[in-house]
Amino acid sequence: MSAVRKGAGRLWSVRIAGGVVGLLAGVFLAATVWAQQLVADLSSHLIAITTGFTGTEVVLFGTTDGAGDVAIVVTGPRTPVTVRRKERIAGIWINARSVRFEQVPGYYMVATNRPLDQFVGRPVLERHQIGLPNLQLGPREQLAPDQLALFRSALIRNKQRAGLYGITLGQVAFLGERLFRTNIYFPANVPTGLYNVEALLIRDGEVVSAQTTPLVVSKVGFSAEIYDFARNQPMIYGVAAVIGAIAAGWLAGAIFRRV
Amino acid sequence: MQVYLPIAEMSVNALLVLGMGGLVGFLSGMFGVGGGFLMTPLLIFIGVPPAIAVGTQANQLVAASVSGVLAHWRRGNVDVKLGVVMLLGGMVGTVVGVWIFSILQRIGQIDAAITLSYVFFLGTIGTMMMVEASRALIRRRAPTAKRGKLHRHMWLHGLPLKMRFQRSKLYISALLPAGIGAVGGMLVAIMGIGGGFMLVPAMIYLLNMPTGLVAGTSLFQIIFTTAMATLLQAATNQTVDVMLALLLLIGGVVGAQFGTKAGGRLRGEQARLLLASLVVAVALKLAFDLVMEPNDVFTISTRMS
Repeated sequence: MSAVRKGAGRLWSVRIAGGVVGLLAGVFLAATVWAQQLVADLSSHLIAITTGFTGTEVVLFGTTDGAGDVAIVVTGPRTPVTVRRKERIAGIWINARSVRFEQVPGYYMVATNRPLDQFVGRPVLERHQIGLPNLQLGPREQLAPDQLALFRSALIRNKQRAGLYGITLGQVAFLGERLFRTNIYFPANVPTGLYNVEALLIRDGEVVSAQTTPLVVSKVGFSAEIYDFARNQPMIYGVAAVIGAIAAGWLAGAIFRRV
Repeated sequence: MQVYLPIAEMSVNALLVLGMGGLVGFLSGMFGVGGGFLMTPLLIFIGVPPAIAVGTQANQLVAASVSGVLAHWRRGNVDVKLGVVMLLGGMVGTVVGVWIFSILQRIGQIDAAITLSYVFFLGTIGTMMMVEASRALIRRRAPTAKRGKLHRHMWLHGLPLKMRFQRSKLYISALLPAGIGAVGGMLVAIMGIGGGFMLVPAMIYLLNMPTGLVAGTSLFQIIFTTAMATLLQAATNQTVDVMLALLLLIGGVVGAQFGTKAGGRLRGEQARLLLASLVVAVALKLAFDLVMEPNDVFTISTRMS
C-alpha cells in the first residue's frame, strides 16, 4: 500500500517538476518576448521513461521575426567518460592506453534549416559549441594533439553508434517565412537528467537571438521504483532479488511436477 | 514486444530474452550446469553492459538452480552432505574472487581477464571432457577392450580430514570437495557463472562420484554461491537488473524442466560429449574474438573506474 502511494507520489513529483520547468520556460519566454527575435518551445518538457519506453520524439516549434537561419542544439547532462584503446599484446587485443574526458554530454544533436557552413563562420560555431567538431569534451590527460584527436573522434563515433549523437544535422523546416519546427528523436537508451535545448537565430553570420529551453528526461512508474530501490537500499534489493528468484524457481518446479 | 530494463538503462525485445533464457535453461537442466558460460556472452552480444550481464545472471541462476535441484531432489540425486562441504569452500572462493575482481577492475583489465579465463577454463575442461567421453563411448562399442580399474588411487586421495559420504559411497578427504567448491566460488565472482561446467567434470574425475548424483549436487551448491554473488553484486556494484533477471528466469525455469527430462534419456557419455562440444565451441569463439582485430579498437565507458 505504502509502496503504491510512494510510486504515485514520485510520479506526481516528476509531473510537478516537469510542469514547473515548463512554467519557468513560459515566464522566461513572456518576459523576454518583446526583445526576442526568436521564440521557441517544445511539445513536451518531460520525457517519461516507463516500462514500455522504446524512445520518443519531441517537437520543437518556434517563430522568428523575419529573415535569418535557425540552429537547434540539444545537449544532454555532462558526465565523465573514459575512452580506452585496445592494442595487440602477445597476440591478443587488450586495453592499453586510456583517456578520460570530464564533460561529455550524454546526448548531442544539432538541427538547422540549411548546411551550417552556408550561413555561419567557425568562430561563432566554436563559441556556441554548434556541431560535433566544436563540442568541448574536457579531456583530462595532456596528450599530443593528433593522439587526443584520435581518442576524441573515437568517443564521438561510439556515441553515434549508440544513437546518442547525431550522425548528420537534423532538419529544421520553415513553414512560410517565420514559423519553424523540427523533430528531436530520443532513443530508448537515452540517459536521464536535465537537457538543454538551445534555439539560435543567426543573421549575417552572427547570433542575434538565443533561447534555452530545459527538458527533463526521467524514469517514472515501475522502472523508476526498481531503479531507486537498487540505488538507495542495495542490500535489501539484493536480498529481495534472491528471495524472488528462489520463489520463482520453486514455483516452476511445483508447476512442472504435475506435468 | 519491447521492455525497458531499469538498471541496464536500455530497451530489449522481451521475446528474444525469454527465448535465450529458455534455451540456456534447457541445456542447464540437461547437463546439470548453470548455463552461465553461455548466457554471459549472449547477453553481451545483445548489448547488455558486461557488468550488468554478470550481476543479473547470478540472480537468474539462483532460480534456474532451485528449479533444477527440485527435479533432481525428487529422484534422490542430491548428496546434501557433500554439497554442504563444497559450499563451505565455495564461500571462501567467492570472497577471494571478489577481491581479485576489484584488483583487475582497478588496473582496467577486467574485460580481457574475463575473456581469457573463459578461454582457458572452457578450453581446457571442454577438451578434457571431450577426450574422456569419446574414449568411454569407444570402450562401450568395443566390449573386448580391457576394463579400467574400478578405483584409481591418486595423491589427492591421501589428503587428511577424511570423511564418509554415504550417499555417494565415498570415503575421501573433505579438503577435496571443499577445494573444488572454492574454485567454483571464484568462478562465480570473476566470470559471473555458476561454475557447473567445471564442477561437474571435477566431481566425476577427481571425486569419482556416481555420475547420477553429480548434476543434482552441483546445482545444490550453485544455488548458494550464486545467491551470495547476487547479494555482493547488488550491494557493491548495483549491477543486478531484476527486470532482465525475471525475463531470463521465466524462460530459464521452463527450459530447465524440459532439459532435465531430456537429460534422463541421454547416456552419461553422450551427455558429456555433447556438453564438451558446446563448451569447446564457446571457448573457440571467444579465443577468435580475442585474436581478431576488433571493428573499433576504441571503447568507451561511463562508469567510474
